[in-house]
Amino acid sequence: MISPVAASWRVVLYEGEGSHPLGADERFEATSALLERGYAVSNVRPGGRLPNLGHADLLVLGRFVGEKPPHVEDALGEVRLHFHQLDEGIIEAGAASVLALVEAEQNEQNVTPPGGWKPWFPVIDFDRCTNCMQCLSFCLFDVYGVSGDGKIQVQNQTNCKTDCPACSRVCPDVAILFPKYKAGPINGAEINSDDLRREAMKVDISSLLGGDIYALLRDRSEKAKSRFSKERDDERALKERMRCLKKLQEGLGDLEIPAEVISSLPSMDEIQAKAAEAKRKAEKALQQQEQSKHDV
Amino acid sequence: MANPCQLLYCHCAYAKVVPREVKQEVLKQLSESGVAFDAVADLCEMSARQDPALLQIAQQENVRIAACYPRAVKWLFAAAEAPIQEQTHRVLNMRTESAAEIVSRLLSTEEITSSNEDMAAVEETPIEETQVEEP
Ligand code: SF4
Ligand code: SF4
Repeated sequence: MISPVAASWRVVLYEGEGSHPLGADERFEATSALLERGYAVSNVRPGGRLPNLGHADLLVLGRFVGEKPPHVEDALGEVRLHFHQLDEGIIEAGAASVLALVEAEQNEQNVTPPGGWKPWFPVIDFDRCTNCMQCLSFCLFDVYGVSGDGKIQVQNQTNCKTDCPACSRVCPDVAILFPKYKAGPINGAEINSDDLRREAMKVDISSLLGGDIYALLRDRSEKAKSRFSKERDDERALKERMRCLKKLQEGLGDLEIPAEVISSLPSMDEIQAKAAEAKRKAEKALQQQEQSKHDV
Repeated sequence: MANPCQLLYCHCAYAKVVPREVKQEVLKQLSESGVAFDAVADLCEMSARQDPALLQIAQQENVRIAACYPRAVKWLFAAAEAPIQEQTHRVLNMRTESAAEIVSRLLSTEEITSSNEDMAAVEETPIEETQVEEP
């Protein structure tokens, strides 16, 4: 699991007491430009208070009346305020100059810039999830894991392959969301009766593959080994993986696995090792689940 | 303009799933309205990082969030161990609603209750606030 990390800092467009207001267009354009670059922005108005969102550094921009001290710390040194005057020059130069000011301050303070990753990862709807562990067994990239109390958990979000929603297709309970997916119900749209009908027709992935998701991959791997033992090369291995996935797709409908994901699948040996590990984890969690049912 | 709600706008900066014209228009009208609001680049990215800001937002009361599908937003917060529950958090969906609808619901001065809202959450803990030092 990614350990909790606060955003590098928050930009505050301060228009409270002791400052002149910005024009509506200036406010909009500055906020929009900062958000596009991944910054969080708070707009503070006269009489308004700034909610504590846990940021250690706040970059406070405003048209202050008089001089501001450049940096102020709270008594515990936990929150630092960095003030910057938005002078006429900056305002006239527009949003790009506000952005430049923020980035210059960021470099000066050695703050990590935001962004750099498209946040694509599965999110579990625990109102629907039955903890069957099919997603854990299916994913080859260790995105899923099991919590201390035996529950399925998304543990390695950044391992997820951008734009690949395949695990949501194998979930028998329509419990896996990808909020940035184009269509419902995977994007979080309410589940309608058509979706449920489709799910009812969905082949149980483990029965499709003879009780083990990777059995097909393994069988094919064995056949491939005997067939290509002397001449196996990357191209053949790739073709083999694609055949396996095609077979999966025949059973499950279009999994929409992007070509880059198919080409970056682990080797057959790695797949076998991962399958064994996932199976072990899933079995352990399911046993734990059974045990706790008996204990109740 | 006084508004009893905390307003949170999600810009969905790293994907094109929220229609650009809707999110820009919502942001523009919020900027013109004169209300205080918080804006984040991407709630999904914050959830993946388990950004502590999500817990702070979850602990606020009477929060309106302009983002996407309420079910997605609910479980993004939950994944970051910052669950929003019934009654205090309303999620407005910029993927399906018009900018005008979103803005009018954001700026409504009515308090959020379980009876008048689609999706809300109660959290007992009041938010701690940092008063910005008066310049
Ligand atoms: S496949 Fe679906 S129901 Fe099964 S554990 Fe994963 S999310 Fe839950
Ligand atoms: S919560 Fe919704 S609107 Fe916000 S970043 Fe995620 S997908 Fe986009």
